[in-house]
Amino acid sequence: MLAHSIFFYTFSLIAIISAIMVTVSKNTVHSVFFLILDFISISCLFIMIGAEFLGMIMLIVYVGAVAVLFLFVVMMLNVAQQKNQWFSSEGSSKHIPIGLIISTIIFFELIIVIGGWKFKPDLVTSMSLTIDQNISNTHSIGYILYTDYIHVFQLSGMLLLVAMIGAIVLTFRQRTGVKRQSYFNQISRERADGVEMIEVPRNKGVKVDD
Amino acid sequence: MVNMIQYLHIIFLEIYKILFLLVPVLVSVAMIVWLDRRIWAFVQKRQGPNVVGPFGLLQSLADALKYMFKEVIVPSSANKVIFILAPIVTMTLALISWAVIPFSATQVIADINVGILYLFAVSSLGVYGIIMGGWASNSKYPFLGAIRSAAQMVSYEVSIGIIIINVLLCVGSLNLNDIVMAQENLWFVIPLFPMFVIFFISALAETNRPPFDLPEAEAELVAGYQTEYSGMMYAMFWLGEYANILLMCALGSILFLGGWLSPIEIYPFSLIPGFIWLIFKILFLFVLFALVKAIVPRYRYDQLMRLGWKIFLPLSLTWVVLTASYLFYFNLLPTS
Repeated sequence: MLAHSIFFYTFSLIAIISAIMVTVSKNTVHSVFFLILDFISISCLFIMIGAEFLGMIMLIVYVGAVAVLFLFVVMMLNVAQQKNQWFSSEGSSKHIPIGLIISTIIFFELIIVIGGWKFKPDLVTSMSLTIDQNISNTHSIGYILYTDYIHVFQLSGMLLLVAMIGAIVLTFRQRTGVKRQSYFNQISRERADGVEMIEVPRNKGVKVDD
Repeated sequence: MVNMIQYLHIIFLEIYKILFLLVPVLVSVAMIVWLDRRIWAFVQKRQGPNVVGPFGLLQSLADALKYMFKEVIVPSSANKVIFILAPIVTMTLALISWAVIPFSATQVIADINVGILYLFAVSSLGVYGIIMGGWASNSKYPFLGAIRSAAQMVSYEVSIGIIIINVLLCVGSLNLNDIVMAQENLWFVIPLFPMFVIFFISALAETNRPPFDLPEAEAELVAGYQTEYSGMMYAMFWLGEYANILLMCALGSILFLGGWLSPIEIYPFSLIPGFIWLIFKILFLFVLFALVKAIVPRYRYDQLMRLGWKIFLPLSLTWVVLTASYLFYFNLLPTS
């Protein structure tokens, strides 16, 4: 158990420090890197409590895909420069009340979660889901998702699909006057219709239609 | 106190096992670079490296020695921490994935339940080494190369993931040893042959090998994300890249070619230990990689993206539906 707690405290310390560094660090690209470190240590914590499937999916989805996009956006947009303009401008102060409201809500939610920790033993006994120790947690997640919660699961999938199509529709713009390459024509081009032998009359030349 | 000694004993045992795996991997990476150059040369009717040592076998070691004694130059405008971190990340990620590769039923460092997901996760982290290197160099060519490479790796990971789902449907477990054992009667390369072809091509793209080596297309981008690197840091990028290629070959042989299983279970073949078969399969796939490098011209970037998203993704998704329906209809779905 000693090694277990050493690893637990190491990973949680890294997670907390990197979460603080995400908000504190001046360079936005550094914040994204700290966010990635945070994701990785959280997935290590998942693996430590035996939820190896969740931990790996967290790594694949958040670190492997979402954070890459974050990094792309942050690197390309040069956010650091815009942020300085934003803070010096007049309009920035009118967003402070909304931010305050949201952060108070999150704060109270956190208090409720921490307060609820006291009732954790009751929660575990009153849970309708039973955990079968004999099957791996990948299997048990699959059983639960595809039996009890199949409709919620499918619905969330549909939501994501709608969001994806919506994003494509919103950002798609038809551009005219762009020369597109036809792969079919390029690949099906043969020597017979690509090259033509012409007998050139002496001292006259040929007119090649272009 | 006794507890402490036990801990130390376990730790030393693990370190011994890890060294016993990593040293051969690093040596074989050096050898594989030589093999790659040799095959490339033979296809083009050249000699290739043949001077240092017998058949030029020690060429890679000589190169490594040269890199070690070269000066490591950190550009003055680079982001120093991330610049130095990038090759370390690439190298580490390329090496830690070997922890779950089974060389026989028992010869595996970590026989975890979600082995294939671990491999997939680590290979999807591989893109960070490249992005970090490209961004931290603070220069045009590395940045363009890094962006190209990141988009390419993210795209082809999707199709690799779906191909893995195909295999998992036939296995019913995420454990790599279970995947190998499920192929005892029939290697998955036979029923899932189209998926094997797509996996091979996606692996080429995932490891930035020709014909998909656009991140380091020398005619457009000098050397891509490695442009500003020199000395040992460059060598680490290079080692990590080849270790990743070996890993992709190992993954391909585990998913489709039966891993450490011998092709026929009759007397002389069954004597050969499993890891030799695995090495043969990895080498076979690597020779294919090297041949592709020698004979196929480089893709254009839009062709690459089209291939990944418009051809491989629909094809592999359709194949998932097909495999699932077939298994369901004939009641062949694996039970846990």
